[in-house]
Amino acid sequence: MPVGATGISTQQVEEDKLVVSIGPQHPGAGHFRFTITVEGDMIVDVLPDPGYVHRGAEKQTEYRNYTQSIPLLERSSLTDVTNIIGPYSLAAEELMGIEIPPRAQYLRMIMSENQRIISHLYWLGIQAIFLGHSTMFMWPLGDRDLLIDLGEMIGGARITYSYWIPGGVRNDIPGNFKERALKTYDYFEKRLVDYERIFFENPLFLKRTQGVGVLKREEAIRFGVVGPVLRASDVKSDTRLDEPYCLYKDVNFEVPVYKECDTWARCMVHLFEMRQSIRIIRQILEKIPSGSVRVKLSPQQRTRPGEAYARVEASRGAMAFHIISDGGTKPYRTKISVPSFRNLIVLKKLLIGSHVADMPAIYWSLDYWPVEADR
Amino acid sequence: MSATQPKMELPREEKALVAALSSLGEKVKLAFAKPNRIKIFAERNDVVEVSRFIRDNLHFDHCANVTGTDFPKDKQIEITYHFGSIDGEGLRRIILSLACKVPSADARLPSLINEFPSVELHERETAEMLGVVFDGHPNLKRLLLPEDWNDIPPMLKAYRLPGRLEGE
Repeated sequence: MPVGATGISTQQVEEDKLVVSIGPQHPGAGHFRFTITVEGDMIVDVLPDPGYVHRGAEKQTEYRNYTQSIPLLERSSLTDVTNIIGPYSLAAEELMGIEIPPRAQYLRMIMSENQRIISHLYWLGIQAIFLGHSTMFMWPLGDRDLLIDLGEMIGGARITYSYWIPGGVRNDIPGNFKERALKTYDYFEKRLVDYERIFFENPLFLKRTQGVGVLKREEAIRFGVVGPVLRASDVKSDTRLDEPYCLYKDVNFEVPVYKECDTWARCMVHLFEMRQSIRIIRQILEKIPSGSVRVKLSPQQRTRPGEAYARVEASRGAMAFHIISDGGTKPYRTKISVPSFRNLIVLKKLLIGSHVADMPAIYWSLDYWPVEADR
Repeated sequence: MSATQPKMELPREEKALVAALSSLGEKVKLAFAKPNRIKIFAERNDVVEVSRFIRDNLHFDHCANVTGTDFPKDKQIEITYHFGSIDGEGLRRIILSLACKVPSADARLPSLINEFPSVELHERETAEMLGVVFDGHPNLKRLLLPEDWNDIPPMLKAYRLPGRLEGE
């Protein structure tokens, strides 16, 4: 088994076929391995092999009370910390039977939408560098810091805010937040125009993504994919529309849907969604009511026995928690249904029959986050 | 473990689903029906038939999640499939759960992979985490656990995290 200078090992299986192992050291973001069998430069077989960052998050929640699990669960999805705690809080609140004050609902939405942009910018940077566009790698990751600054202003930390908690949000926003946020989003919207000009309209980008990795509508539904991948496959589905949580019923926003079903469409969905997130936050900042932001829970808050299945639209798609409680202070069983894990099933479908050179573009257009998928 | 739900008026779609499910007679038992969430139980011999009914007659087209839960006191493992619908009219907000209890000593049930291809990885995960065998699944190999895992399936209650004492 010859090992090249790049660390990629190859193995000859047949006269004209070769098995190439990709990963587990960061084939994009996070530890994930898949092996592809190539014939010439065509991919003929794919074997995804997740699990390198499995931490047993579900098992560990059984040892902690509802509040203690929050920082632990956040770490499964560091670019999307707000939205992974979202369904957890909703499910816990359903079991505890508590109602959340409106101000807290709106604050949750602000943080959730800001998080969506942060996550999409990270995705954009990596997608661009995969396509060999290093400017589009630098810009989003630079601008992402401004949005992280906003998150820090609200939540006190830069990445792991633990902001959504069962009972509301951890703290209120500071008085000067609105002014600072509007300034940041004004600037960022101008930057999105720059992004379009230099990257999304770039012939290189179009050539590498259009017609590549097509996932037909029927297949997308049958395999149960979610989020931007589903919306790029001509399905107008978004948990914020389908089963509105928080106060998403009270804000106007559009859900992108593309008929092209290819890598290009999946990229455009991300761009579209960033603009919509800003639109939502602007509306909330205009109408957010005053009031309390949190219902105080006891440190050992008990729940009713039973089960709850709650979901939100995270950056990568529908994120759901199924919590089964026996009436104690800790969950009896927690199951996390994460979008990355649900989308993994189509990686094989999309890669077989495509060129090796298209692999990075297709792989990262799924926005697959290994740590989130492995939990 | 279904708790008593507060009485509330069910929306039209949920009522229609419950009525349609009752046409299966003894094969399904309703655990609860509340707005947006319905849960039913089926015996393992009927799971495939009920899932076909859910797919063909109720228009649920994909599986969103599979939860396996160990109940050592009852010596049972409960497998719950959560089905969602994209194309069913007014059904996108509804999650229909199909649960099946199997004895811990003989933890196996038929795979739903032919009815719902989206269960492939979910069933693989449940198989390694709880030791449940899904008959008919083409590839029940280890998925998330380390390849040198040498212990009982970790989501069984009998498995304790290292360093944690009973009741901790």
